[in-house]
Amino acid sequence: MPSKGIEAAGLVREFKGGVLAVAGIDLHVAEGEIYGFLGPNGAGKSTTVHMLTTLLPPTAGRATVAGFDVVHEGPKVRKAIGAALQEAALDPILTGREHLRLQTALHALPREERKPRSDELLERVGLTGAADRKVRTYSGGMKRRLDLALALVHRPRMLFLDEPTTGLDVQSRSALWQEVARLAKEDGVTVFLTTQYLEEADVLCDRVGIIDQGKIVAEGSPAELKASIGRPTVDVVPADHEQRDRVSAVLAQFGELTQASPHGVAVLLSGDEFGLADVVRALDAEGLHVEHLQLHAPSLDDVFLAQTGRTLEGAEQEQQTELVP
Amino acid sequence: MSDTWTQIGNLARRSIVRTLRQPAYVIPPLIFPTLLVTVNAAGLRPSTLLHGFPTHSFLAFAIAVPFIQGALFSTMNAGTDLARDIQTGFLNRLALTPMRGSALLVGHMAGVMVLGLIQSIFYLCFALAVGVRFSAGVGGAFVILALASLIAASFGMLGAFLALRTGSGEAIQATFPFLFVFLFISSMNTPRNLIAVHWFKIAATINPVSYLIEGVRSLIITGWDGQALALAFAVALAIGSISVVLSTWALGQRMART
Amino acid sequence: MTSDGFRSYRSVVLGVAWRTVHNALTTPNLVIPTLAFPFFFFLAFAGGLSQLSHLPGFHFPEGYTSFQFVFVMLQSAAFGGVFTGFGIARDFEYGFARRLMLAAPHRSALVVGYAVAAVIRWLVVAVLLTVAGFAVGMGVGGGGVELIGLYGLALIVNSAALLWSAGIAMRFRTIQAGPAMQMPVFLALFFAPVYVPLSLLSGWIHAVARGNPVTYFLEAGRSFVSGEAAYAGVAFGAAFALVAFFGLWALRGLHKAEAAGG
Repeated sequence: MPSKGIEAAGLVREFKGGVLAVAGIDLHVAEGEIYGFLGPNGAGKSTTVHMLTTLLPPTAGRATVAGFDVVHEGPKVRKAIGAALQEAALDPILTGREHLRLQTALHALPREERKPRSDELLERVGLTGAADRKVRTYSGGMKRRLDLALALVHRPRMLFLDEPTTGLDVQSRSALWQEVARLAKEDGVTVFLTTQYLEEADVLCDRVGIIDQGKIVAEGSPAELKASIGRPTVDVVPADHEQRDRVSAVLAQFGELTQASPHGVAVLLSGDEFGLADVVRALDAEGLHVEHLQLHAPSLDDVFLAQTGRTLEGAEQEQQTELVP
Repeated sequence: MSDTWTQIGNLARRSIVRTLRQPAYVIPPLIFPTLLVTVNAAGLRPSTLLHGFPTHSFLAFAIAVPFIQGALFSTMNAGTDLARDIQTGFLNRLALTPMRGSALLVGHMAGVMVLGLIQSIFYLCFALAVGVRFSAGVGGAFVILALASLIAASFGMLGAFLALRTGSGEAIQATFPFLFVFLFISSMNTPRNLIAVHWFKIAATINPVSYLIEGVRSLIITGWDGQALALAFAVALAIGSISVVLSTWALGQRMART
Repeated sequence: MTSDGFRSYRSVVLGVAWRTVHNALTTPNLVIPTLAFPFFFFLAFAGGLSQLSHLPGFHFPEGYTSFQFVFVMLQSAAFGGVFTGFGIARDFEYGFARRLMLAAPHRSALVVGYAVAAVIRWLVVAVLLTVAGFAVGMGVGGGGVELIGLYGLALIVNSAALLWSAGIAMRFRTIQAGPAMQMPVFLALFFAPVYVPLSLLSGWIHAVARGNPVTYFLEAGRSFVSGEAAYAGVAFGAAFALVAFFGLWALRGLHKAEAAGG
């Protein structure tokens, strides 16, 4: 029996001219999970979302969403999902309320439910006051919130969010994170989210798939992924730069010395037995004064680096360079 | 002074190059008027049987229309280009240079005029290809080119005024139906003396576009008609002068704001 | 289709139609061409060319205004369809169509929705044009049935033009395809006896007009107005054939848009 979440096997999408946007991905997203798809621009995130939401037929492979085949059971898939795509495709001429009116009609909500549901969603996304204004007067954050409300009108079991916070200010971003987390926790909605922000994937997602050049290069919970590539580093800059050798001797007890900041000494902590506090105590015991001390825990960017040989930012720049002739 | 001329030359060149690089701006003004005249000439050929119709060839009668219609298109195209300069901030960038405001307008007008001339040469070739002969001869053809370029520049300046006032390409595009009204409620398809409906005759008589069409038409079907030509040039110059004054004022307002 | 399926289909059709009509009638840039062009052509042709009714062989007892009324009615129907097609292309270009395609369980309902909108939009124009026609003294020899025939024919032409434009819009998915929608319709309309009856046309235009279905729409429409129904079977047959053909064309366009990802 197919899963009620998302299942994909060998999903491929090739565009005209042989451009391979998605090069065979396998996915398993459980019901009620928040799954993050992390990768630079052009990695194949949106193409994958378009295939999973029935907007684009795959060239090869198969996928089921909410238990329905995306190629052969499109209408059932669409009934089960809500989606807010990358470009908040809104009609500038319509008001927020009119958008909801249209969306409730498209989803064939019973007439008596349409207005209360619209009002409820407008309130939930904080747009009640702006509901009767034309969308062309909305800010980017307001458009995103309206887009989210539109995706929720028919109470979908699954929500696809394609880069929902790109271009948003910090406040709008955190408000949207809260709402997504609430939807998953309280309403049991499965969320498939694409992002290029490490922090977003880290904070919001139960599991993360890292995608690069159309392939998933790593997958797991943020903690698992970070743990998989290594241990934390402690970087110490002594107050007296002449004492670097003494600091090196102390740090060497905790693991392998590694590349450090200028005037500093760094150690890659070995195993789980040592922590930052042990290092501080040892330095103190030797009477060494410290100008700067930093614990660097592995990030998802380090995971990306380990898997692809590039940082996310570097991959982003590569992408842009490719676009400029 | 030479700096000003250099600025004008550069802006005119930019205006021309930009238009020529956008097929959507170049092709419709060439194709649509010639298509319309072909279709109308076929459908309205029986008009020449009306008593008092000035020629036996409706095509010769109607071929003046593309020259004017093409010039009217330049109102929209030139205006839309300038509106885009405003929307994209290009005008702001120009305002930060020592460039004179007048250079912007003259450069813009010169560009429109050259494009109007290119369009008119195309219509002229089309007319000759479909067998229309010019009663005023080769000299008449040159006068047509001069008049059509002047009309294009005049309407181009009108487009510039609208762009400077509204700053919106969409608003300029919305003028399209109004241009059509001026074109169709004129002596475009029927000589004014043969228009039977009273209100239409009055509307065509007060419509300046009638005189522009009749000026060009006179060189094709009549020969050298001083009165028709004088009226056509006078109307074109009047529209151009008013547009220049309005555009200069609007540019001053726009630059003051930006 | 189950009753739930039908309800959902109808709901999508009405939703799309509502939004399209709402935009067409509340946005000045869209209202002006929709309403103004037919009136303007009516005035320009009926006013400026009325002398043509004095040509030898021109027999239309209801007068030149009625003669042109039929053309303008059919033209407004055809262009109402084309202008709605512009809206479809715009929806695809700006991504709004993706929202519609994501929400609609059966996507053919989107095309039907646009078609319903085109009809409603044209009906507004038709009512105003009729009022204007009578206001300027248009003569009508036919009775109610004949007039219904004229409006029915125009309505089918409206749908055919919409389906043609929708097919183009969904294949190209950009408003730059506007001329490709408009130009063939424009040519089909004008390569017909627009200004004088078919019998007064001569040369190549006569040959082209004889093979042009619009000619039979015009001849039938004018015969309805004069109360001497002629060419009705040919006109309705041709109109329905066009709707069927362009219906398939539009559905194939929809499949192409789906394959391209909206």
